[in-house]
Amino acid sequence: MFKDTHNHILKITPIKILDLSIIINNRLILNNISCEFNDGSITAILGPNGAGKSLLLQTINGLIPISNGKILFNSKQHDKNIRKQQAMVFQTAVLLRRTVLGNMEFINSLNNKTNSVDAKSILQKVGLENFMDKPARLLSGGEKQRLSLARALLLKPKLLLLDEPTANLDPYSLKLIEDTILEENNNGTSIILTTHDMSQAKRLASNIIFINKGKVIEENSSKEFFIKPKSVEAKKYINGEILL
Amino acid sequence: MNILLEAFQQAFDLVVKLDADLLEILLLSMKVSFISLFLSCLIGLPLGTFLAIKNFVFRDSLLIIFNTMMGLPPVVVGLIVYIAISRSGPFGWLGILYTPTAMIIAQMILIIPIIVSLSAQIIEDIHLEYKNIFMSLVVPADKAVKAYLFDARYSIFTVLLAGFGRAISEVGAVIIVGGNIDHLTRVMTTSIALETSKGNLSLALALGIILLLIALTVNFLLIHLKISAKSKLYV
Repeated sequence: MFKDTHNHILKITPIKILDLSIIINNRLILNNISCEFNDGSITAILGPNGAGKSLLLQTINGLIPISNGKILFNSKQHDKNIRKQQAMVFQTAVLLRRTVLGNMEFINSLNNKTNSVDAKSILQKVGLENFMDKPARLLSGGEKQRLSLARALLLKPKLLLLDEPTANLDPYSLKLIEDTILEENNNGTSIILTTHDMSQAKRLASNIIFINKGKVIEENSSKEFFIKPKSVEAKKYINGEILL
Repeated sequence: MNILLEAFQQAFDLVVKLDADLLEILLLSMKVSFISLFLSCLIGLPLGTFLAIKNFVFRDSLLIIFNTMMGLPPVVVGLIVYIAISRSGPFGWLGILYTPTAMIIAQMILIIPIIVSLSAQIIEDIHLEYKNIFMSLVVPADKAVKAYLFDARYSIFTVLLAGFGRAISEVGAVIIVGGNIDHLTRVMTTSIALETSKGNLSLALALGIILLLIALTVNFLLIHLKISAKSKLYV
């Protein structure tokens, strides 16, 4: 359990999204979305390109202002303390112009921590222990994404948001990231991820939210979704057909 | 051709003999340039950072003004400062006309726009890059600014050197407000102007060569740092 600044227990899951709409430049991007993310679960948001998956994830993280509706984190609306219990890994890793350890130490500095023991052990977990003094921008794509995940884990989040965390990665990085995700989830972290990799969603997620054109089309357990999808769109998506 | 050879010979002699007058002029040039650069940074870097990360109504207009001011004619700046600090001017009571302080003020007016405009561009780029991740991490504004300045340090160093280059090579403003007084406000550039007007072309050229050498050293340092930073992809 995390505690807020007043030493009250701050639990941020389950998350309920109620009639959420996002309008950007007069365009309705997310249209009246309602769905729920369970406590301690791994939920995969699936959908074709441009469906609004990443935007939904960023909205949950508080990066996008809500035009209509609300998001409730264990019945509470978004605030600074709730955001501090979350960590997000972006599709394209944005790393500071420092060494690998320097990137981790920046996170520590946010929490006024000077001890880098945690940082080093997390780097070891994601297989970057031999790159600590290497400039982060010289890492390969997979290594960058692992560092991005390591940085997120250093925050010890209760909710981990992953935007296509393994897109274009080699099998080694993919496995390392998936193993880390599962381990974090076993330790009680709720995880929401977007992916185009159907087999990854099957491997990791207990629940699926399928969205298309900014609307939630289906909310289902992973097992049900892949065996017996309720909607025609989901069926077509799983079969690799074009959604119109 | 003879003048050029003579000038090189004279420049060499001046440097080797450590000519006292030359040393005095050189030290004053460096002192005035470094102090004006330092003070300009104190004003220009926070202002550039502010313009880079804050959105407000006149932001773009201010950036346009500072960009335009990068090309301010030094003589005009010298004239304005002269009017302001001359005995009949609004700041005449300060009594700083024909002093190094006046030269520093004039140089600051020339350098600040360079520091503001270039640092605003650099910080804006890094701000756009880090914006989402910093928002996601709930990074407080002060820590974000520190991170921008730290991570952009090599590029900002380039800006400082550009400012220094403008200061050390400037003549129009410092000659008006400094008066080119021997042992008081005479710097490298004003000496070159004086020797040229006296017809001592080889000495003027010799001083010019020394000035160029200083600029070359500064640029060498800059390129060396850039290459080193690029090799680590810090820039």
